[in-house]
Amino acid sequence: MDRFRMIFQHFQSNSESVMNGICGLLALASIKMYTCFDFSCPCLPRYNMAYGLGIMFVPPVALFLCGLILNRQSLVMLEEWRRPQGRRKKDLAVIRYMCSSIMQRAMVAPIVWIIVTLLDGKCLICAFSSSVDPEKFVGFANVSLVQVQQLLAKVPCKDDELMRNNTSRKAVSRYLRCWSQALGWSILLILIVVAFLAHWLRPCFNQATLLQARHWSNYIDIEQKIFEETCCEHSQLFAHKCILHFFKSMRQEIKLHSFSSPREEEGAEGEEDLPWGIKDQDQVNKLLKTWYYEKPPL
Amino acid sequence: MDKFRMVFQFLQSNQESFMNGICGIMALASAQMYSAFDFNCPCLPCYNLAYGLGILLVPPFILFLLGFVLNNNISMLAEEWKRPQGQRKKDRAVLRYMFCSMAQRAMIAPVVWVSVTLLDGKCITCAFCTSVPVEILGNTSHPSLSQGEMKRVLARIPCKEIYNGQELIANEVAIRYLRCISQALGWCFVLLMTTLAFLVRSLRPCFTQAAFLKSRYWSHYIDIERKLFDETCAEHARSFAKVCIQQFFEGMSTDLAAAHCHPPRKAPADAGEAAEKLLGITDQGTMNMALKSWHRCKPPLHLHPPALPSGNGWAGEGQPPANPPVPRRETAAYYSRV
Repeated sequence: MDRFRMIFQHFQSNSESVMNGICGLLALASIKMYTCFDFSCPCLPRYNMAYGLGIMFVPPVALFLCGLILNRQSLVMLEEWRRPQGRRKKDLAVIRYMCSSIMQRAMVAPIVWIIVTLLDGKCLICAFSSSVDPEKFVGFANVSLVQVQQLLAKVPCKDDELMRNNTSRKAVSRYLRCWSQALGWSILLILIVVAFLAHWLRPCFNQATLLQARHWSNYIDIEQKIFEETCCEHSQLFAHKCILHFFKSMRQEIKLHSFSSPREEEGAEGEEDLPWGIKDQDQVNKLLKTWYYEKPPL
Repeated sequence: MDKFRMVFQFLQSNQESFMNGICGIMALASAQMYSAFDFNCPCLPCYNLAYGLGILLVPPFILFLLGFVLNNNISMLAEEWKRPQGQRKKDRAVLRYMFCSMAQRAMIAPVVWVSVTLLDGKCITCAFCTSVPVEILGNTSHPSLSQGEMKRVLARIPCKEIYNGQELIANEVAIRYLRCISQALGWCFVLLMTTLAFLVRSLRPCFTQAAFLKSRYWSHYIDIERKLFDETCAEHARSFAKVCIQQFFEGMSTDLAAAHCHPPRKAPADAGEAAEKLLGITDQGTMNMALKSWHRCKPPLHLHPPALPSGNGWAGEGQPPANPPVPRRETAAYYSRV
């Protein structure tokens, strides 16, 4: 009983912290991936937008899916959702609670990626450099339409021969980066305010239902873990009995067929010292061969 | 038995995390190998494609095989697959489960290599530099070259120091273009793999949960049974060795006593355990003879019940009393029928 209590406490306290830990690790991994990634804008008219927006939105989708895959509770929730009803009713509120907590945790890494991207600014500069109004910038004001598109597309590439030391390029770049960082900080502020409000206002609505849902979702998680642990223990005991039975049946066969009748009594006393009555190389070899060719039935 | 149970619980609970740890280490090793690898594009028309695609596809294949080799469950799978049926039926679902879980883990390092390669861009730049669309990216004012000459010039794009086609197409423009394509491919590959992994993991509870629980249980059982059998054999070998050696020393001491024509010295009842542990050998000469005889003539692998005291020593050391060979032959015949 004590052992079970210790196990319960361990799982209860650690299940949430394990999931939070994984969430935090994914967020750090997303920042690291962004810094390691060598962003190189193609600086071509139609490719810029696709590349810039692609880098901003495709990795977050992959990170979101990773967050769902790595979270053990998503499997538990799916199993609970799809199981046949049987003798236990299904509570949709519990499933909804589990789903929302999984989604919240999985959204952290993608949001971190998007915010870091916006605060850095390279993606937006690459995607929208062709969309700025050329009249606002001296260097691009009096150029033909086709050429201005080409020039604006090259703004993100500082080392391009046309753009080196071009002050208008720097102006466009600063302008777009300013917008990008403003957007980034605004999104961050909005999200923090929303999270703050959600935490503070939640006790005002349906607190009892929430407590119930949280309790039963923890219960389902723990029940699953304990079931797996019990299956594990059971298979160990099963294997143990199976092997003991196998050795004993080998010993019986040996006893039946060794011509040692005057030694029966000493044999019976001496058995305590000799391992399973298996006494020589040939017998051991036969035992191993029988184990391979004819495993005992389950 | 409690000790066994604790050890196996530890191994079982940690086996999954152990295998996941190996997976993670291989993924990190594959990323590290790529960054340590000195990529050198040959910059020649026909060789570029072979080199680039070779670096992209051959190491992942090697890493995949390595993933199987490092997984110690592969021998368990092979054993279960090839064993004769005997008295225990074989369940194909269990074999499939074991193979799938091993293959999934072995796929991680190759996927990491391919992703890192594509996101870096050097391989695709090297492999496809001769296919750059010169009419879109190049300078239209340049006089046209022959096909072969154009390919030779374009093949040198990855090697900036020997590139001589700056008037045809700017080196930075071509490299940016190719790298953009490569990174787009890389992110699409990452998204595809993540989506596949997500689908595989999430569709399973919807369709085959009961069969999955069964296969998982029996595959764990086979693993535990194999480990427990090895442990039991090790225990048996230990007892076997202990009794064999004990009988060897007893045989030695009986022989010596017989040679010196007095009965084997029995330790006095109150001498304690230390005297028993001496196994009747109490001087240098006897010990030396015992060691020499252990080296020259190890006893046969055949234990006998505790010997009755007898006046005649045996001729050799540790030789069993003469068992008629006939029963052994009959025993062998019985076993082969089973």
